[in-house]
Amino acid sequence: MKVYIRSTACISPQKTFNDDFLTDIIEYKGTRLSAIEPDYKAFIDPKQIRRMSHVIKMGVAASKKCIQDAGVEMPGAIVTGTAFGCMEDTITFLTRIVEEQEEMLPPTAFIQSTHNTVAAQIALMLQCHNYNLTYVHKGISFESALIDGTMLLNEGEAEDVLVGATEEMVDTSFKVLTRLGLYKRHPVLNLDLFKEKSKGTIGGEGAAFFLLEDRISRGTLAELITVKVLYKPVDIEDSIEKLLGGNGLSIADIDLVITGRNGDIRNDEIYDVLEKTLFKDSALANYKHLCGEYPVSSSFALWLAVNILKHKTAPPVVMERGAARLPEKLLIYNHYQQKYHSLMLVSAL
Amino acid sequence: MSSAVYIAGVGVISAIGNNVAEHLTAFENEKAGMGDITMLNSIHRGQLPVAEVKLTNGQLAEMTGLSPDISRTTHLSLVAAKEAIADAAIPDLPGWRTGFVSANTVGGMDKSEDFFIDFLKDNNKGKLRFVWDHECGSVTETVADRLGITHMVTTISTACSSSANSIFYAARLIKNGLLDVAIAGGADALTKFTLNGFNTLMILDKEFCKPFDEHRAGLNLGEGAGYVVLVSENVAKTLNKTPYCLLAGYKNSNDAYHQTASSPDGTGSYLAMMGALAKSGLQPRDIDYINLHGTGTPNNDSAEGTAITRVFEGNYPPMSSTKSYTGHTLGASGAIEAVFSVLAIKHGIIYPNLRFETQMDGLPLQPETKFLKNQQIENVMSNSFGFGGNCTSLIFSKS
Repeated sequence: MKVYIRSTACISPQKTFNDDFLTDIIEYKGTRLSAIEPDYKAFIDPKQIRRMSHVIKMGVAASKKCIQDAGVEMPGAIVTGTAFGCMEDTITFLTRIVEEQEEMLPPTAFIQSTHNTVAAQIALMLQCHNYNLTYVHKGISFESALIDGTMLLNEGEAEDVLVGATEEMVDTSFKVLTRLGLYKRHPVLNLDLFKEKSKGTIGGEGAAFFLLEDRISRGTLAELITVKVLYKPVDIEDSIEKLLGGNGLSIADIDLVITGRNGDIRNDEIYDVLEKTLFKDSALANYKHLCGEYPVSSSFALWLAVNILKHKTAPPVVMERGAARLPEKLLIYNHYQQKYHSLMLVSAL
Repeated sequence: MSSAVYIAGVGVISAIGNNVAEHLTAFENEKAGMGDITMLNSIHRGQLPVAEVKLTNGQLAEMTGLSPDISRTTHLSLVAAKEAIADAAIPDLPGWRTGFVSANTVGGMDKSEDFFIDFLKDNNKGKLRFVWDHECGSVTETVADRLGITHMVTTISTACSSSANSIFYAARLIKNGLLDVAIAGGADALTKFTLNGFNTLMILDKEFCKPFDEHRAGLNLGEGAGYVVLVSENVAKTLNKTPYCLLAGYKNSNDAYHQTASSPDGTGSYLAMMGALAKSGLQPRDIDYINLHGTGTPNNDSAEGTAITRVFEGNYPPMSSTKSYTGHTLGASGAIEAVFSVLAIKHGIIYPNLRFETQMDGLPLQPETKFLKNQQIENVMSNSFGFGGNCTSLIFSKS
């Protein structure tokens, strides 16, 4: 059975929420990229907006636009991924526990801190009683949701599935993750991220949603050939070749490889190796200079891939190497902190 | 897609025991696990009863071989997962594609709480190793590494239904041909975060909880972990024992009513129960026992009770909430109660709903109050409902 992507919507540190496709690129200096927030009133009841945290607003608005663009009123299932969940509410409640010494705490932050809040709020907004699940596994949270979505279609449990990923970066998480050494120690220009040969990357955030369906309908954008996650793979080159071979393809059939290069020398080692071996003749693109690094950034990469197919061209800002032959088959290869690797194959119809 | 998935092993740790055998003894002796807070450093000590696992982090560390400094949730998870794998005793386990699907609600929050006290005073302070496991997935990863599982590892978090979802998701991975064996379940330790969270919602009973009773006043928080080992038909054939049962039905539905409260008529729970029945090909009359979600909050029990009256229409099987023993173990509860459901089939037992006295007004439901042995139990339904309207029913059937 084949899986198709009918629509996608993305909120990110770039202007991705309107219909132009990476034509007006925002340049940042620093080590943290924040999402550009749309006018939420067009998507969410203004009374609700006040109560919602940043990540809930991003998730609900992106999901709403995604199903609107698909022309679907009630998805057969809602599946989301997030590694950190609702950080803003979690930190608010945690801070009050410490500062108020466990007394007179308001419940709102706790109520909204559960990891499935975004998926639940979408269900509430749509009055959708269907399947509703949230995956929270580090750098493969989004891929886990995507795998569930494709299985639901394969099982005939749903004809279409809304799959998405959300992650917010708040001051506290940025501070802690900086102390943990994830980000560069000096401010960098995001568009020069790959020129930097130093440790650390830049942090990011965002929300991206996809409407998967089990058939081609009017406006279907792409086929999702497969998605695979690998935990601590022994030989990633071999894993990629097997995945391609298993789908009757070889690397020569791939018109563009999108990698998860993030400017951290250790992180990028494997991409450096592959670009000289398996990918040596491939056209290459990157995306984390646009959205930053975060556990579900691969959802931005899939949004990018689907839009490259839709617009039949890759924007110059993502290209690392190679000619722009008509992109029809795209491979996304990302890894998160060397442990979690994921492969997504998407194709034009 | 219609291939059967068997339960080959179970493991559990909660306030009433550190393994399966201790749980069976506690059930028979009608010994609940609630008491005063002894381990959590909270102002609610002495005020709110909780159901603690009766082991310190140091004692747990001796059992797991992990550092006593890491999250209690990780220890609980590893103890129960190891018991389940040992119980399954799958010959040549490394030869199969094995996955680990776990669940929890707040990751290593117990350690994040320690970190935060120092961090709030000075953002450059606080031991970083205490936040390393803040993410839910980190708990799963540590346990998967200890178990040597690499084929597929993931984590689900949907509040109080989390680990019921991880069990049916694992079954689907087997049915879809992605795995042969899956260890699935969940874990949650008591934390100040969840204790205060439920306290702000004013749904914690200051006495021991009374699920499904007219005079119920809320839930007691508990902690623990539960895991089942699910296997494909091909793996089941290699076992040196009969599998416990099948996971015959499952359904996740959303109440789509409110972020925390259940709808008055229990729409989500009704849809979950009906969907699980449809998937299993069973009729309501085929169910021999319902392990209720039964938290003891006024809202849950009336919504769940109403949904049950709609599904079973007067023909009510024996039912009980084992949360009257274990407290509400949040992300672990679905899996812990799945283990109890499997054991009910295996041993022909029905667990009492402790402290039940008065039937709920307007609902003709009388939970079982005695420990029953020698029962003929073919099919058990287990309900788990969570924040965000997340409702899941599982059905286990004799194979």
